[in-house]
Amino acid sequence: MSGDILVVDNIGKAYLEFFSELHRFARWFGVPVKPKAEHWVLRHAAFSLQAGEAVGVIGQNGAGKSTLLKLITGTTRPTEGSVWCRGRISALLELGLGFNPELSGSENVRHAAGLMGLQVDEIERLMPAIEAFAEIGEYFHQPIRTYSSGMQMRIAFSVATAVRPDVLIVDEALSVGDAYFVHKCFQRIREFREAGTTLLIVSHDAGAIQSLCDRAILLEAGRIILDSKPQEVFDYYNALIAEKENSKIRTERRDSYVATESGSLRAVFESLELLDGSGEPIEYIGVGAPVVLRARVRVNAHVPHLVFGYMLRDRLGQPVYGTNTQYTGQVVEGSDAGDVIEFTTHFDAALGPGSYSVSVALASTETHLVNNYQWKDLALVFTVVNADHPTFVGMAYLPSRIEVRRSLEQTGEP
Amino acid sequence: MMESLLRAAWRYRGFVMSSIVNDFRGRLARSRFGAAWIVLQPIAQVLIFATILSGVLASRLQGVDNKYAYAVYLLSGILCWSLFVEIVQRCLTVFIDNGSLLKKMQFPRITLPLIVIGSALVNNLALLVVMLVLLPILGFYPTIEWVWLPLLILLTVALATGLGLLFGTLNVFARDIGQVMAVVLQFWFWVTPIVYPVNVLPSAFRSTLVINPVAPLVMAYHDVIVYGRSPGKELWLTAVVAAAMLLMSFFVFRRASAEMVDAL
Repeated sequence: MSGDILVVDNIGKAYLEFFSELHRFARWFGVPVKPKAEHWVLRHAAFSLQAGEAVGVIGQNGAGKSTLLKLITGTTRPTEGSVWCRGRISALLELGLGFNPELSGSENVRHAAGLMGLQVDEIERLMPAIEAFAEIGEYFHQPIRTYSSGMQMRIAFSVATAVRPDVLIVDEALSVGDAYFVHKCFQRIREFREAGTTLLIVSHDAGAIQSLCDRAILLEAGRIILDSKPQEVFDYYNALIAEKENSKIRTERRDSYVATESGSLRAVFESLELLDGSGEPIEYIGVGAPVVLRARVRVNAHVPHLVFGYMLRDRLGQPVYGTNTQYTGQVVEGSDAGDVIEFTTHFDAALGPGSYSVSVALASTETHLVNNYQWKDLALVFTVVNADHPTFVGMAYLPSRIEVRRSLEQTGEP
Repeated sequence: MMESLLRAAWRYRGFVMSSIVNDFRGRLARSRFGAAWIVLQPIAQVLIFATILSGVLASRLQGVDNKYAYAVYLLSGILCWSLFVEIVQRCLTVFIDNGSLLKKMQFPRITLPLIVIGSALVNNLALLVVMLVLLPILGFYPTIEWVWLPLLILLTVALATGLGLLFGTLNVFARDIGQVMAVVLQFWFWVTPIVYPVNVLPSAFRSTLVINPVAPLVMAYHDVIVYGRSPGKELWLTAVVAAAMLLMSFFVFRRASAEMVDAL
């Protein structure tokens, strides 16, 4: 197509393993050596991007996102297939690479711009604009080692976006410092897009993709499994994660945090699920949507009193809401080894958008300090997304109605 | 294949130049004398050699009637060797050292060894200029043979780049190569007539010099600077070896660059 700005043509990437590096060297000279193993991290990826499109790339860790981006930016070469691009590609994946702390901001800018392939006269021409965008004043001519990390990011972003690229690859989780500068950065990215730059946005966060992109690509185990409207991809992603949740793979994948567990294990959680209104496992929940927390408990030894409790925590670990079956008057009395008890909690996710975790506990009383059978922090993690309500801020969803009445001006009558 | 390599290097010439400058800026930042150190170091080296070897130890060089002859002999050998070894050593690890950059940014990889060569050349030219200025004071007056020097430097750079780029590329995949080369380079220093004149070697050893491509180069430096005569014909051998190594290294570099980032 003529409107295509980037065409990814059936690319694949394999890491080759040889019995000896000598075999690898021999292969360069045309000796037909078979590699010991081929690890395909990406295969049969094909899509094309139009000018001015914003496309999200989502997938779990290890799905092949970064490999795909590396192939597009050209830092690594595809084992099969090819990438064709008309114009300049810029990537905002990691800022401030190759900065020398002893050199001044302006010298580092020259270096970084040169690394981007800009010519010396071009760099000099862009210099005032880069300095102005960074807004770090006199520091621009000081060595970078005297900078705060936020100032370094300002410089790095300014130079990385000094020239409008035809394709801009952005990591949604990219940290560019303080809130003011984040807004400034996103404004620049929006301006680029209006001027015809194609955006490729990478994220773990399906919610962010939904608000920024008009198309999304879902990667799973090195394959593109869906290329469609963000909403559709988002639903599919949810289902995919839910499937993992059931097969217990997800718990092993959680490498970013450590779940704490304690207790005597006289009674233990056998399974813990977060389900939507129709009983399907979910990880992304719409604001206000009905949710079911279902816990199956197996009793290992005689337990005279069994209390189940749960607590929702926000991203920072602050309790949002919690209760237990002692408070609700539902203590299970005299259960014996082999009993299986199911606790099903229904609630509405009346929460603001963000990430939340669930802690659960089994104890003999309302505090888990006395006869704690099992206590699990970060037992589940879910994300609340505001998809169909008017925008609001805060952690709680308190549906409200604002009445606006405009009356005619009084004309002096009593 | 050479063509696209050279074209990419040309397009990034500004980057290469500024990187060389930055290399020195970074190293000399926060030192009081700053850029003067580029010249002060070699001046110190020349003076130390001249006073200790010629003044204190009174080492003499056969066939040259000058108190400072041995010091100058040693200096001219080191002029060649230091350029050679700096390029080889830094090329060996240049891709590994810049691994994170290579993984994240797309730019012509050939610029990295070029930056190494450029900054090694600046160091070496500083030593050369200091030597040429101080030589007349030590009784070694300029001769027409000095016009050989640019060619000798070029040959040294070519040989070192060929070797460094070849093993630097392989080193990304098999890191033992870097370790082995460090030992090899030490050994190489002693089998090259830098600290001793060739004629002190037993004749059995002297014939092994033929297989050492650096030996004719160092001897050419001696010829030009110490003895004031044209280099011997063996220099051709070095030129051929250097050209072959360069071609070979470019070939391997091209072949390897598709897989290089994967191994970093």
